[in-house]
Amino acid sequence: MSGVMGWLPYAVAGWILLVGLYGLATSRNLVHTVGCLAVAQSSTYVLLLAVGYRSGGTAPVYSDAEPGTPVVDPVVQALVLTDIVVGATVTALLLALVIQIRKRHGTVDPERLTELKG
Amino acid sequence: MNNTAATVLVTIALLVTAVAATGAVLAREPARQAAALAVSGLALAFLFAVLQAPDVALSELAVGTAVTPLLILLTVRKVRRGRERDR
Amino acid sequence: MTKAWRLGLFGVAAAVLAGWWAAACVGLPGFGGQVHPYGERAVGASLERHTANVIASVNFDQRAFDTLGEESILFASVLGATMLLRVARDERRQRPLAARVMPSTRLFGAVLLPVTLLTGAYVVAHGQLSPGGGFQGGVVLATGLHLAYIAADYRVLERVRPLTVLDVADAAAAAAFTVLGLVGLVAGASYLSNTLPLGTFGELASGGLVPIINAAVGIEVASGVIVLLARFLDQAVEVGGGPGDGGSRTAGKEDGG
Repeated sequence: MSGVMGWLPYAVAGWILLVGLYGLATSRNLVHTVGCLAVAQSSTYVLLLAVGYRSGGTAPVYSDAEPGTPVVDPVVQALVLTDIVVGATVTALLLALVIQIRKRHGTVDPERLTELKG
Repeated sequence: MNNTAATVLVTIALLVTAVAATGAVLAREPARQAAALAVSGLALAFLFAVLQAPDVALSELAVGTAVTPLLILLTVRKVRRGRERDR
Repeated sequence: MTKAWRLGLFGVAAAVLAGWWAAACVGLPGFGGQVHPYGERAVGASLERHTANVIASVNFDQRAFDTLGEESILFASVLGATMLLRVARDERRQRPLAARVMPSTRLFGAVLLPVTLLTGAYVVAHGQLSPGGGFQGGVVLATGLHLAYIAADYRVLERVRPLTVLDVADAAAAAAFTVLGLVGLVAGASYLSNTLPLGTFGELASGGLVPIINAAVGIEVASGVIVLLARFLDQAVEVGGGPGDGGSRTAGKEDGG
């Protein structure tokens, strides 16, 4: 594919990453920060799947397709697939840390946490 | 699938995903962000399905629209409970 | 750091990152290109080993060692979150009251719960044949179980969710993955190599080691996510802070600082 479609997916992936990072930098609530990290993480999924896409290709599952049909790249899909599930548990770990911070310091605002330290 | 139709679908899915991700970041209130993240997960799942990745779409559908927003909502509830007691 | 400073700093960093990103993407093959050397090889290897779903073959056979690493991250995260969310000494548990549920919701849940669990099990079991597998099916199983909470209440959920068993299942499945890798060594090949009989292409028992590792991953993900959600539900619904928790402690710290 040429023209806009040649680079649009990569641009969208970059945009999602930057938007997520913007949220991380300006967040005033640690729960919101973790959500922004999840957004930033999803940019890698878009990038990887975009790299592996083949126009006209079908899904890399040969249960109903004849061997030899052109398929999209299965390697990147496997990478993304595991990362989505593992990423969710890491998000859970971060949220557990936020709950601990709330318990120990009484706030989830990063600015106020810095004040407490000083 | 016809190639032009596929291109149109991919373009739409990409733009919707970008908008949904932006919305999820700009929703500053965590409970609202959980809903926005669910929408963003749905958009991502649609994009992955259009990109011929049904395995990944299934994974994102289960995790992005259910588990992550649920975890965030539960955390919000826990954090709020503490705040109410302070008053 | 003031807000304006932080935004400015982010702007500069974002501009640099966007520049590098654009430069990197120029070097990438165009979207939708026809050249995928790794993909072609993965497809060939998968068909050779009688696995219809190439992604399952990549995850549980060709890249099984990487998946073992990913699985360990998952296991460690569940363990870490469980440790962080355990009930502390100064907290007390409050039993939630039985909640009233609309009959239609109850019916909806009662019908949907077995359907979702069955779907989850199907998605896990057919991972090597159709889209799905241990990772996705495990999550479907885990979230499906929580329909019990929506349809009935927390006490019913606790009854259908034997946490001690699931804790053990999580660890046992993680260990099973590691031990299954030894099969390759026993057969004289390398760790985690697929040396089992490959079966007939397209059948449930095809793919050698793939369906077995797939099942282990399914059990680990399902029990891991259920345990995780249980800890969070515990904290959100049951556990109340003791006198030393939350606001009072903060007040003390602020006075001291």
